[in-house]
Amino acid sequence: MDKVTIENVSLYYDSCQALKNVTMTVKKNEILGVIGPANSGKSSLLRAIDRLYEIDYARMTGTIMLDGKNIHKLSINDLRRRVGLIFATPVVLPGTIYKNISYGPKLHNRISKEKLDDIVVNALKAANLWDEVENRLKDSASTLSGGQQQRLCIARALAMEPEVIMMDEPCSGLDPISTAKIEATMLDLKEQYTFILVTNNTKQAARVADRTAFFLAGELIEIDKTEKIFTSPSRAKTDEYIRGKFG
Amino acid sequence: MMTVITVVILFFIIVYVFKNGLGQLSIEFLTEKTRDMGKEGGILPSILGTLFVTVVAIIIATPFGVGSAVYLVEYTRGGLMRRIISFGADCLAGVPSIIFGLFGFIFFVITLGLGWSVLSGGLTLAVMIIPTIIRTTEEAIKSVPRSYREISYSLGGGKLDTILKVVLPTALPGILTGVILGIGRAVGETAAVIFTAGSSLGIPTSVFSSTRTLAVHFYILAREGISMPKAYGTATVLIVIILAVNFVAYRLMHRFIARYY
Repeated sequence: MDKVTIENVSLYYDSCQALKNVTMTVKKNEILGVIGPANSGKSSLLRAIDRLYEIDYARMTGTIMLDGKNIHKLSINDLRRRVGLIFATPVVLPGTIYKNISYGPKLHNRISKEKLDDIVVNALKAANLWDEVENRLKDSASTLSGGQQQRLCIARALAMEPEVIMMDEPCSGLDPISTAKIEATMLDLKEQYTFILVTNNTKQAARVADRTAFFLAGELIEIDKTEKIFTSPSRAKTDEYIRGKFG
Repeated sequence: MMTVITVVILFFIIVYVFKNGLGQLSIEFLTEKTRDMGKEGGILPSILGTLFVTVVAIIIATPFGVGSAVYLVEYTRGGLMRRIISFGADCLAGVPSIIFGLFGFIFFVITLGLGWSVLSGGLTLAVMIIPTIIRTTEEAIKSVPRSYREISYSLGGGKLDTILKVVLPTALPGILTGVILGIGRAVGETAAVIFTAGSSLGIPTSVFSSTRTLAVHFYILAREGISMPKAYGTATVLIVIILAVNFVAYRLMHRFIARYY
C-alpha cells in the first residue's frame, strides 16, 4: 500500500531548481533509502513532503499525497504531526530532556501530566534511550552525548506518534556504535512506522533499506529493491555512484 | 594599554565621586524627605521618583521594543519595510536626549495634557530607549539558530508557537541585556526627564504626580549651587544604583544561562 505518493514534483529555491519532476511512491511500513551525492535533492525531497520548504520561501509544483490526500489540503499542523523529520545534526532545544520530548505533544493537545509522562517514557524507550537517561530527565538536554542527542531527536519525533518518519542523514556525525543503535531502532520500529532514510552512506542504505532511490542533480534516477540497486542497477549512473566512481 | 587607560579613568571617576559623596551617606539621607530645596534632609523623593519613572519607561518600552524586533526579524523578509524601520530606529538612537525632552514636553506634557508627571517622564524615556531594545533584541533573535525554528516547525509548531516557546526563551539573555541597557540609560537620564517629569520634591503618589529623578536632583543641586556635598551624595547613590542594577541583572542572566544551556 502506498503511504506517500509523489507526482511530478519540482521544487525551486529562487532561481535554482532543487527537484526536477520527481515521481515515486513510498510504501507503508517500509524503510526507503534515499542516496545520492551532495546537492542531488535528497533533503529537498524531505522538505517538500513536510512542507518545510515553505519557510524557505521556496516554490513547489506537482502533488504529494499522504494516504491519498493532497498534503496541501491537510492543515500544516496535522501534516507535520503525521510526518516526523529528523535532521542531520542533532539539535536539542534549550531546556531539559523531558521538555524537549514533551514540546511537540504539548503543542497539539492539552494533555494531563500523567499522560505526558507516559508519552515521554514510551518515546525514550522506543528510541533506545530510556536506560541511559532514566534518572536524568530533568537535566539539560545539551549534556547528552552526540549519539544520545540524535536518539533524543528520534524520541522527540516519536512522541508525536507520527505515521512517517523521515531522517536526513541521521548518522552523519556519529560513531559506528551510535549508528548501529539508531539502525537497530529503525528496524525495531518498522512494524509501526514508514521510514524515509536519506543517507550519504550507501552501505547504510544497503543494511537497513527495503527499497532504495538514487537521486542525481535533483532527478530521481532509479528506485528499486535495495538488493537490485546494489547488485544490478538498471541505470549506469547508479552503478557508477555505488561503486564510488563519483559523488 | 587603551583598556588599562579606560579602566583607570572609570575608576578615577567612581573613586572621586565616592570620596566626595560617601561622607554624605546615611540612613537618614536615603530615607528622609528633602528639605530646604535640597540643602537639608535626604533624597527619598528622588529615589522613588527615579524608580517610578524607570519602571514606567521599561513597562512601556519592553513590549514595543521586543514586539518590533520580532516583527522585523520573523515577519519581514529583508525588504524595504525592514530597512526603513531599522534606519528609523538607528536614527532615533542617535537623537540627543534633550530633543526627546523637548518632544516629550510638547507632546506628552502639553498636547496630551499629562502635565509634568511620572507618566510623561516614563513615556519620554520609553521612546528614547525603544531603539536600544529593538536593536539588542533583533540581534538576540537573529542569533537563535535556524535549526531550532525548523525543529519546532517540523513538530507541527506554528509560527507563533515557535516564536513564543522557542525563539524568545532562547533569546531571553540577549533581550534582558537590552532591557538592562535601557534601564541604565533611563536611570541616568537628565535632559529628557527635566522637561517632562518635572522637578517637584514631593513623594510621587500616582503616575500623574510630578517628580524629580536623582539625576535631575543632582543637576539642580550642582547647577544652582544649592549644596555640593548633597550633590555628591546624590551622585554616589545614583552610581551605586546603576552598578547594582547591572550586577543583579548579570547574575540573573548567568544563572539563567547555567540552568538552561
